[in-house]
Amino acid sequence: MLKLTNIETYYGQIQALKGIDLEVNEGKIITLLGANGAGKSTTMKTIAGLLKPKKGTVEFLGENVTGLRPDQLLRKGIALVPEGRAILSTMTVIENLEMGAYHRKDKDVKDEIEHVMQRFPILNERQSQMAGTLSGGQQQMLAIARALLSKPKLLLLDEPSMGLAPLIVAEIFNIIKEIKEAGTTVLLVEQNAKQALKIADYGYVMETGKIIIEGKASDLLEDPRIVEAYLGRKSTSDDKIPS
Amino acid sequence: MLLEQLVNGITLGSIYAIVALGFTLVFGVLGIINMAHGEIFMVGAFVGVMTTSVLGWPLWLAFIASIVVTGILGYLLERITLRPLRGKKGVSHLAPLISTIGVSILLENLSHHIFGAGNQPFRSSFAEISIEIGSITIYLVQIVIFAISILLMIGLTIWLSKTKAGKALRATAENLETASILGVDTKKIITLTVIIASAMGGIAGILVGMAFNSVSPQMGLSMGLKGLAIIILGGMGNVKGAMAGGLILGLSETFLVAFGDSGYRDAIAFIMIIFILLLRPQGIFGSKIAEGR
Repeated sequence: MLKLTNIETYYGQIQALKGIDLEVNEGKIITLLGANGAGKSTTMKTIAGLLKPKKGTVEFLGENVTGLRPDQLLRKGIALVPEGRAILSTMTVIENLEMGAYHRKDKDVKDEIEHVMQRFPILNERQSQMAGTLSGGQQQMLAIARALLSKPKLLLLDEPSMGLAPLIVAEIFNIIKEIKEAGTTVLLVEQNAKQALKIADYGYVMETGKIIIEGKASDLLEDPRIVEAYLGRKSTSDDKIPS
Repeated sequence: MLLEQLVNGITLGSIYAIVALGFTLVFGVLGIINMAHGEIFMVGAFVGVMTTSVLGWPLWLAFIASIVVTGILGYLLERITLRPLRGKKGVSHLAPLISTIGVSILLENLSHHIFGAGNQPFRSSFAEISIEIGSITIYLVQIVIFAISILLMIGLTIWLSKTKAGKALRATAENLETASILGVDTKKIITLTVIIASAMGGIAGILVGMAFNSVSPQMGLSMGLKGLAIIILGGMGNVKGAMAGGLILGLSETFLVAFGDSGYRDAIAFIMIIFILLLRPQGIFGSKIAEGR
């Protein structure tokens, strides 16, 4: 469905991605793991069109989409929930949801917003409140719900569990599973490697702008290199300190 | 006397408000002060003078001509002087601001060259019509100006809060990147914003011509600075603030001239800036949290 070939992305003179090859198959959850600064978010931004790669190609559904703008990619079916959620804090919850369906012209939008608010009762309750007044977990749910309203074929989630309480994190992961079951492919970037690998089908591990390990999620959970670096009982990379 | 001055003040304030709305829209979306806005306003006034006095067009046609001309100017401003600087490596955050200053100098001198330095009378039989209620004389023009500005403000508020394009504009104003991942073509929205803001400047230009019966190439600068004062007063990028700020400035200037010293008329705006920056730097309607632009 999505195929990255030898992607190189720069921030000015600094090379953040050093030749990424990555593939996402339809109907799966693919996870992208790695430490801070490994280039996970840069990869996501490159796929979503926020950054333009210097080299390499991005193919989506067999079409070369390298260098397209984010709004064009959204119309093709790629939606990004960026790190830090990026809700529109000066607009109301319902306006945020409406903005999610911005590019759609069909009549179902209203019904679907209703439907989404039934799935997330808290959003329904707060629909006319400014989105900036929501708590972190509520904002994350709003950001995911908003992205889903664009009816994406591929949903890019950049660290959805960041800074959230464990109970909320569990709910977010449940939601991600639901999204997959509803037929949307998910590419998930996570610090929470264990949880991510549990729900994912396939995983990639990045280090300093390169992919160093890839494999089936169930294999990665057993892989000694990963257990040591990301799942190790001694290390604390698993339970991130809420910011 | 008091009522008459009140009407005068509201008239002037409404015009200020329209000018400030143009400023505030562009600031909201681009995060820069459009220093060329005053000069675009001046061009709008000249288009009004030329079409009514020289070509003898009716007033409504003059309005359309002014909107079209200033709208095109807005498009060119964005396309030629702002867009090439956006998102480029090594371009300072202040570059677009300098660019608009350049445009303002160009427009002022161009109209100086074409129309001469002096004041051009705005002759319109319409401006002479007045109504007398008791001892008060109200000009029809004043009512029209007030009505037009109220319509513009209501229209803009509804457009921003209810329509898809308006919401897209607000989303773009809050965060360009977020708007773009939601499917908003931000280039289009920015262009649209600059065009609308400029056309509002053009409308204000004609209204000033009608209200004060004269236009000159220098009128843009003082109006531009007052517009700036108003959005500082009302809160940068805030539509409500622009309206309230415009009316406050218009009324206080008028009352100062009527009951105080007319020599200080233009100083009011700047005294206000000093006080507002000392007491409430975010403006009357501004939010406390600075957006990290």
